[in-house]
Amino acid sequence: MNETTGTRDYDWWLLAIIAAICALGVVEIYSATHGSVLVGMHSKQIRWLVIGFALMFVLSRIDYHLIMDQAPVLYIIGISALVAVLLVGHTRFGAKRWIPILGEFLQVSELVKLIIIIVLARFFAEVRTDELSLQDLIKAGLLVGIPLVLILKQPDLGTALVLMPMLIVGAFLAGLQWKHAAVIILIGVLMLPVGWHFLKPYQKERVTSFLHPEEDAKGSGYQVLQSKIAVGSGGFWGKGFGNGSQNQLGYIPVRYSDFIMAALAEEQGFKGVLVALGLYMALLLRLVQNAQRAKDRAGMFLVMGVTAALGFHVLVNVAMVIGAMPVTGIPLPLMSYGGSATLFVFLAIGLVMNVRLRRFVN
Amino acid sequence: MSYWFRNDNRLPQERLAAASYVIVGMITLLLLGFWKLQVIDSDKYGVMAERNRVRSIPIIAPRGRMLDRDGRVLVDNYPSFSVLLLRDDMAAVEKNLPAIADGLGLSLDDLKEQLSNTGALPKFQPIVIKPEATQGDVAFIESHRADIPLLEMLMVHRRRYLPGGFMAHASGYVGEVSEQQIEASNGKYRPGDVAGKSGLERQYNDLLVGTDGMRRVIVNSIGKEVGRLTQQEAIPGKQIQLTIDYDLQQIAEEALAGKKGAVVALDPSSGEVLAFVSRPAPDPNDFAIRVSKEEWQRLNSDADRPLLNRVTQAQLAPGSVFKIVMATAMLEEKVPPESYTSFCPGYATFYGRQFKCWVYGKAGHGVMDVHNAIVHSCDVFFYNIGMRMGIDRISKYAKMLGFGAKTGIDLPSEESGLVPSEEWVQRVFHRKWYPGETISVSIGQGAVIVTPMQVAYMIGGLASGGDFKQPHLLKDAQNVGDRRISISDSTVEKVTQGMYGVVNEGGGTAAAIKLQGIEFCGKSGTAQVIGENAKTRFGKGEKKFNNNAWFVGYAPRRDPEIVVAVLVEEGGHGASASGPIVRDIIKAYYDKKAKKGQGQTTVELKRYDLDAAPKAQIVERAKPTVKPEQAAAAVEPVSAKKPQPE
Repeated sequence: MNETTGTRDYDWWLLAIIAAICALGVVEIYSATHGSVLVGMHSKQIRWLVIGFALMFVLSRIDYHLIMDQAPVLYIIGISALVAVLLVGHTRFGAKRWIPILGEFLQVSELVKLIIIIVLARFFAEVRTDELSLQDLIKAGLLVGIPLVLILKQPDLGTALVLMPMLIVGAFLAGLQWKHAAVIILIGVLMLPVGWHFLKPYQKERVTSFLHPEEDAKGSGYQVLQSKIAVGSGGFWGKGFGNGSQNQLGYIPVRYSDFIMAALAEEQGFKGVLVALGLYMALLLRLVQNAQRAKDRAGMFLVMGVTAALGFHVLVNVAMVIGAMPVTGIPLPLMSYGGSATLFVFLAIGLVMNVRLRRFVN
Repeated sequence: MSYWFRNDNRLPQERLAAASYVIVGMITLLLLGFWKLQVIDSDKYGVMAERNRVRSIPIIAPRGRMLDRDGRVLVDNYPSFSVLLLRDDMAAVEKNLPAIADGLGLSLDDLKEQLSNTGALPKFQPIVIKPEATQGDVAFIESHRADIPLLEMLMVHRRRYLPGGFMAHASGYVGEVSEQQIEASNGKYRPGDVAGKSGLERQYNDLLVGTDGMRRVIVNSIGKEVGRLTQQEAIPGKQIQLTIDYDLQQIAEEALAGKKGAVVALDPSSGEVLAFVSRPAPDPNDFAIRVSKEEWQRLNSDADRPLLNRVTQAQLAPGSVFKIVMATAMLEEKVPPESYTSFCPGYATFYGRQFKCWVYGKAGHGVMDVHNAIVHSCDVFFYNIGMRMGIDRISKYAKMLGFGAKTGIDLPSEESGLVPSEEWVQRVFHRKWYPGETISVSIGQGAVIVTPMQVAYMIGGLASGGDFKQPHLLKDAQNVGDRRISISDSTVEKVTQGMYGVVNEGGGTAAAIKLQGIEFCGKSGTAQVIGENAKTRFGKGEKKFNNNAWFVGYAPRRDPEIVVAVLVEEGGHGASASGPIVRDIIKAYYDKKAKKGQGQTTVELKRYDLDAAPKAQIVERAKPTVKPEQAAAAVEPVSAKKPQPE
């Protein structure tokens, strides 16, 4: 198992796409915050990006099989961390998500997302049948279910939901049978009222104001409305760098993280959005291509797990900005300001790099 | 470490390809979403973005002031702050309402009611929640700009009137426009605008009201002004100069203090109104902000009717003042002829009933001709000539002399009184006129009713030889109406001699008030409110059954310069209750005229003559703004031209 990997094997296209997205993000963060008290955020973001890049390279050097070997251990670490944060975690913005490490608050659930990708990949890779049996499906569900419930308790609905596409995509690629899929969908629909009951009031409010935006804007309805105003008023060409009145004057909430796409849409217009979404599409397709060229199923599952997570992030965040989905706390990968989320993305990409690097190795 | 999973190279290529399609589809859908917002609906959001960040704040135009005939300020403005509530974010409004009510000292229920009343207005339009902000309110608003970004302050000009209801019925008052006014104005008025509601404020509202300007500012999401766009200055309203003479007005106001009645003084040669008082009167300063419902109801239901403009709206029996009309009618119609005399033993008998003269119980008047009948105000004489003339002749001259119709003064809601006639009683009561009713009318009782304005107008026009100028309060008015009647000079001479005798001859009903060196003429009137018998039976001592006291006086005897009509309700005897007031005003008028002739300016006012030492002027200007309490004592002079010795 010796690897000789040359630099040529790094996925330079992927790196280029990522770099472009990161750059867009930094520029837009700068533009949205330079005139206000939040000035300087872009520098912090650059710091995270640099650390991220470094970690990405580090993670890509370790054979992913070694990592996946440790899946059970990692799983236990993840669960423990989730329990720990529930017990002793720092409450911020009304949720217990952070553990202070190295002077910064790190979101535990971001780490757990990574762990679950690895764990699920290992699980599905070990399925020997061509079709996914019901038994295996249920086992996979449980594997995901436990951390999901723990994350929900924080409460962090958005992150909890990210685990679902990982499971779904993994199961799909592992040979999920249509009949099982149908039953699950049915159960899911029936469970909606139950799920609704368990939602916290503010989460319920987000959904209702999403469904009925015409009702007088309150709370998150106001946020989405402001986001749409910003996006819509950007028009095709945008208002120009630094000229987005809605984001500059503070009308878009958290314009540097959750709603960064709104700020970009306002300033760069549709043409800018086209570029940004084009880049994300390129990113995701590139990831799929890497999965298609992976050496083994294990690598494929790993890469597709990452793809599922990132794809879900992009979809949910952007849909929220245009008012097509309720407000969640999901950031836009690599563009939204935020340390933990950014690190997660880089580590995940690191795994992908890992798989790609070893595709010719035997 | 399972060997198996490392080497399992079964890759589900179709499903992986499917994943790619899903990705492309997803991105495309998102792009479509953006397309809709940014291209299709771009304008709509552009407007909303603009509205987000640009706020239009009106600059309220100051209303034109009112000055008296000498240029002294009677009605002015002062700056004050209104508190506006911004309703863009209704959730925030509801959340913060208790805090706002508490901080500004308002009732939470009133605020809630106001919010629901204005629910139909567009959300970006703010509403006035407190018309008069105190220093504390301003501090509260400023300090809570971040956590309660819903309050804005608007500087407005408020009307300031002289205190205590001085000239209140002439000036009228302003208030917020009513819904009907907004509808009728075709978009000129918005809710919260101030317009004249009564009196001159209403009559000349179009002149007085300016045009509001607009200030457009950029605000950030907490409502703080961060930039300025355009500013359109307000155009102030035009100032109007009235014909009112402050000095005469003050005498009249003091004379009626604590009483119910009216005083109107005018110059019949021009129609200019020199003094105009109706008491009791509300203080329009109270109205200038907002009248509470209770206060308004109290004023409306007050038995003394402070909201009634008695000068133009009190329609009462004129009593003996009407005898002037009777005398004029007799002399013009020559029915009976000029030499007619009647004998008054204190009463007269018609249709088997006894009609008393006012001297009944004392000696009768004896033989009376028309001149003496006026001087002594003998009822019997006028009963007799009334019966001979008949109601229609009386009615004709009453109308000719201006009764039964509006004088046309430039104030809203003038009443026209009533002059009865055959035609009138037929039309309204569907019966014929009873001759006995003529008897009451002959001495100014019965169905005939007049306003104090009409009385002054009538006497002034008559003594001017039948030339009736339209009374008006706006100085230098254009198109002043001039109504002339055909009346013989001998009639005018005879009647005016009679009125001269009332004051200046011994035994005249107003001999007590004659003035040295001034041809002061007049006629008293004591109008009964209820019959004498009834008064004796029910109303002994009850003030409200007292007679209404009229006196109308003027000078000089022919082509007068000043006519003053005074009515004191429940005042008792005309000459003694109202006469002295007329005398005082006319005396003041002549005193002022004399002083002007000598180069001085006014009678009582301590006003710096512009020809006096300049140092005194500078001290005057350094004084702080006149407080309302001091206004009566030191009204600041605003003269368009230097006063010239006349």
